[in-house]
Amino acid sequence: MSNQREQADMFLAQMDQFANTMKESVGIPVLMDQKTGVRMWWDQREIKLRFVISVEKTFKFFEALAEGKLLATKCKKSGKILFPPQVDCPDDPEDEVEWVELPNKGELITWTVIYVKPYSFGHYQDYTVGIAKLENGVQILAWVRETDPKKLRMGMPVKIEIVRRQPENYLTYEIVPLEE
Amino acid sequence: MGRRVAIVGTGHSKFGVRNDVNIPELAYEAISKAIADAGIERKEIDLVVTGYVGGWSSEGLAPVVIMEYAGLTGKPGYRIEAACATGSAAIKAAHDAIAAGEADIALVVGVEKMNESPTPTVVEFIGRAGNYFWEFENFGLTFPGYYALYATAYMQKYGATEEDYCKVAVKNHYYASMNPKAQFQRKITLETCMQSRYIAWPLKLFDCSPITDGAAAVVLASEEVAQKLTDSPVWIESIGASIGTSNLSKRTQFTNLEAARLAAQMAYKKAGIDPENPVKYLDVAEVHDCFTIAEIMAYEDLGFAKRGEGYKLIRDEQTYIGGVIPVNLSGGLKAKGHPLAATGVSMAVELANQLLGKVEKGRQAPIKNGRAIAHNIGGTGHYAYVTIYSLSKPRSPA
Repeated sequence: MSNQREQADMFLAQMDQFANTMKESVGIPVLMDQKTGVRMWWDQREIKLRFVISVEKTFKFFEALAEGKLLATKCKKSGKILFPPQVDCPDDPEDEVEWVELPNKGELITWTVIYVKPYSFGHYQDYTVGIAKLENGVQILAWVRETDPKKLRMGMPVKIEIVRRQPENYLTYEIVPLEE
Repeated sequence: MGRRVAIVGTGHSKFGVRNDVNIPELAYEAISKAIADAGIERKEIDLVVTGYVGGWSSEGLAPVVIMEYAGLTGKPGYRIEAACATGSAAIKAAHDAIAAGEADIALVVGVEKMNESPTPTVVEFIGRAGNYFWEFENFGLTFPGYYALYATAYMQKYGATEEDYCKVAVKNHYYASMNPKAQFQRKITLETCMQSRYIAWPLKLFDCSPITDGAAAVVLASEEVAQKLTDSPVWIESIGASIGTSNLSKRTQFTNLEAARLAAQMAYKKAGIDPENPVKYLDVAEVHDCFTIAEIMAYEDLGFAKRGEGYKLIRDEQTYIGGVIPVNLSGGLKAKGHPLAATGVSMAVELANQLLGKVEKGRQAPIKNGRAIAHNIGGTGHYAYVTIYSLSKPRSPA
């Protein structure tokens, strides 16, 4: 069975093919709504959308992943830990941040299994997303290594593991349920 | 203090898959009705505010496309965006301008044409409506997924069941069946919902609002002008609004939306409504049921039920007509449809007509207090707007 991205691509290819036939016959890239028969213009302009996002100020976080560590920032004066890491303390413009390592254990707070996926995630198998509360109270959202939602429960002990996401092959982190 | 503001005209397109119209044609369906209903000339409009999220549709500058089509160029105007709460934010922007004396008559239109993109693309765009870099880029959350995180936590903490969630869908489809503007006009059974496939566990297809095209419009006017235009203005009594955190991981709990609670407190305070017992002051509510769990959390965030007891309201059918407070008699986002930016304006149209006793038989709430409440959420509690509409002139401006 093809994955959701392939199915979506196949659907779009069919629309394109239909529009091409219409261009040949009536000279216009027009589609017919299958339910109502109303006519729609098949856009002849297509863009790919991919952003470039600055990670200059938080690069330590990404460097540390390679060492198997998960970092956050901490406001020196208030002691507040910021995750996702940010380099400005939101409560006090005078305060400064330092980098600290997060504990890699905690408990599961909530979770879901994503069956209907966004286009750019359509090549993955069904995946579980959850939120864990780490031992120091910081919460982290990530994939959970368990696809049966009924095997998970609130308060279940978990650890955070640095993993390479495939097929893209880049470092990220995952929530892993621990045997009880 | 500013001036009092009232709704003096409403318009609403048919919601659904509207491949028969383009964006300005769709918006015009609502605009033309609202202007006619207000009984004003185009030249009397001082300000045009367009709510539009877009991304999935072709027109980047939809407001100007729409205003050109509708013969409304030459006036001040802008686009407002607050995700799924865009419509309420647009109403607030127009309200504030009138209250401040910058306009006497303003047109607000909310429009969305979500079916201009294929479904996986729309799922992608809505999934990005949180924190893109930290919660979407790596983890591919979808909109049902965000609310499913709340649905799971709520079930675990309070013992609600998937049946309870489905009961919200059954109610909202029931009322949508009497609303000719609704996307879905078929009643459903509990079994239909329970047997539908999972979209984001524990939420199933029938727990989710659909992808919708639609437009809604209201004409707002200052007190002086409103009283010249109509004998039955519907006043904006108060507006409460709040922004929540972008990252869901920064929320302290997953059983209610803090932004919604804050917005409700703000709106109640301004209107002089006891937050411990708001239903005593209200006749009807439209709440943001983008997913069934969202309606249950809304009961609690609005103070209709105690914390952790919202699911009992639907279990006991207390949000049908005749219950503690009727909720989503339009069919809600769930069954009327959810064209993002149109939704908040659609709530205003629905509640104005409810208060005026003008909706279809079978879904008209009994009006005793002359007050109605709209609860409109952007994202997953990223934005929250609570607006109170009233038949009697508010003691003080909102």
